Amino acid sequence: MERDSAALIAAMKGDPEFHELVRRRSRLAWILSVLMVLIYFGFVLLIAFDKELLSQSLSGGVTTVGIPVGLGVIVSAFVLTGIYVAVANSTYDDMLKRIIDRVKQS
Amino acid sequence: MKKGSALTLLTALAATPALADAAQVSGKSDLNIEAISMFLVFVLLTLGITKWAASRTKSAADFYAAGGGITGFQNGLAIAGDYMSAASFLGISGLVFANGYDGLIYSVGWLVGWPIVLFLIAERLRNLGKFTFADVTSFRLSPTPIRILSATGTLVVVAFYLIAQMVGAGKLIQTLFGLDYLYAVVVVGCLMIVYVAFGGMVATTWVQIIKACLLLGGASFLAFMVLHNFNFSPEAMFKRAVEIHPKAIEVMGPGTLVKDPVSAISLGLALMLGTAGLPHILMRFFTVSDAKAARKSVFYATGFIGYFYILTVIIGFGAITLLLQDPAYFKAGAVAGANGSFAPADMLGTGNMSAVHLSKAVGGSLFLGFISAVAFATILAVVAGLTLAGATAVSHDLYASVLKRGHATEEKEVRLSKIAAVLIGILAIYLGYIFENQNVAFMVGLAFAIAASCNFPVLLMSIFWKGTTTLGSFIGGFRGLISATALVVLSPSVWEKTLGNPAGSAPFPYDNPALFSMSLAFIGIFVFSLVDRTKRADAERAAYEAQYIRSETGVGAAGAVAH
Repeated sequence: MERDSAALIAAMKGDPEFHELVRRRSRLAWILSVLMVLIYFGFVLLIAFDKELLSQSLSGGVTTVGIPVGLGVIVSAFVLTGIYVAVANSTYDDMLKRIIDRVKQS
Repeated sequence: MKKGSALTLLTALAATPALADAAQVSGKSDLNIEAISMFLVFVLLTLGITKWAASRTKSAADFYAAGGGITGFQNGLAIAGDYMSAASFLGISGLVFANGYDGLIYSVGWLVGWPIVLFLIAERLRNLGKFTFADVTSFRLSPTPIRILSATGTLVVVAFYLIAQMVGAGKLIQTLFGLDYLYAVVVVGCLMIVYVAFGGMVATTWVQIIKACLLLGGASFLAFMVLHNFNFSPEAMFKRAVEIHPKAIEVMGPGTLVKDPVSAISLGLALMLGTAGLPHILMRFFTVSDAKAARKSVFYATGFIGYFYILTVIIGFGAITLLLQDPAYFKAGAVAGANGSFAPADMLGTGNMSAVHLSKAVGGSLFLGFISAVAFATILAVVAGLTLAGATAVSHDLYASVLKRGHATEEKEVRLSKIAAVLIGILAIYLGYIFENQNVAFMVGLAFAIAASCNFPVLLMSIFWKGTTTLGSFIGGFRGLISATALVVLSPSVWEKTLGNPAGSAPFPYDNPALFSMSLAFIGIFVFSLVDRTKRADAERAAYEAQYIRSETGVGAAGAVAH
């Protein structure tokens, strides 16, 4: 078992399809990470520098623009994780399984 | 609110210690029979589960990682149960009650670390490690120094977090149940010892799952009843809040809580990346079967935690609208303002008790008892997770890997882990006792800062950067640990408020050091890895590719299903 996986890892090293898959999955992960950082620190800096923007009325009532923006940050965290899990657990995991099966055959 | 006190609120928030004042103000309340009976039901149920868990805990993998048999959904709930403290429930709703919108800023901060955990850490951690995150940081680096570093990082984070929880628990239970502080701390300590020492990860997981369900259920009911009062129109609720809150329309927008950008960013970094370095949270990823389930657990956890924080905001506004004009919830001497509203700070047991009082207002004394019991259960689930993480660092990292160089028998290792759990529990009771009247609010902030400045950089660099060497990790990690601790001690919230030095004398101007201590750690790892020209360092760099392939594929991962 231990030796099998060591051999498999050695065989994967030179496999271009494997490296391409990981590159794509990592790119998605880093893009989503940067998005989350931008959304959150954007929110924090908006609070630090432009309180008026968040304090203005959303549609004439007492509900301010800040309420949907704040909730939006919370929902965006959930949506971004959903996107990653959906893609990684289906498309990328399927591709990975095919690559591992192929490498094992050869 | 002034800037200084604003930032200490963050730390106060995470720790129930903010509730410390509560008990001192309201004194010891009468025994609350409903709350105690409901809590006893919870205790009996969880002890039953512990007995069942003990019967199935045979191997080290069972004890540390529940045999890898937890599903993604269950682990998502357990993570939520591990992470949502009594303080985030009572503290954030109390902050919304007192300041309105500013409370939302904090609830957002506590959530945004989760996507980062998913994108960068979760699946790689699962693929490389077995029981602790030190398994990952020492994967290709020299085990002895790196395990010592990561176990130190774990134990320091666990210690500060645990003290804050114990003191907060004692104060909270004293107020809610009418138990003596010392009894409360002993009860919490003994229960967590029993869960962890007998039931290991299986029992800890189920305690956390049950607690998460109770907390989410209780908070949902509270929020539902609040919205029901306003025919499910948030605008109507906000309108009423603006009408009666002393801050009027200001409750609907950001106040002065976040002022200067350096503090804001430093705080944001600690919250966001500290989450990704909390040992008891990271340990949860080894309880699932593979990377797929690890990803799913973060997705569910993010959903539950985000939903919960939205509820706390509704609960806070509900407390404004339903309690602020009712003298029954305010101190005897409190005087209502011209419009009939009391000052939020005059609430019985301070504003941190607003969610508890609200439960009585919308659901009577039976629901009050339920929410009190949930708060107790919440504390237990968090301290059990912390104790298990600490015990595992002692037995798996320090004893089995460092002392015995990987030659310890599984049986001895698990026995030592159980002994460590008992000792950590006793120590926690003792520290909880001696810190009773100390201001420990800064300790959770410190735990997050250390997690972000020591555990997280070492973990991230060892996973992502080929050039990382033992020397770089060791020096960089300790730079983060020591600088975070030192800067917190020199910060206004500890130097002035805890140690009693005159205002303005603090040598370090910010309450949260993460921006600086994290930079020191990352630069340390980078520079000392670069200059490391030893043979060992070359071998470590050469070993990166195999680690990288395993981290991305799960080939060879512990407990992985054979492909």
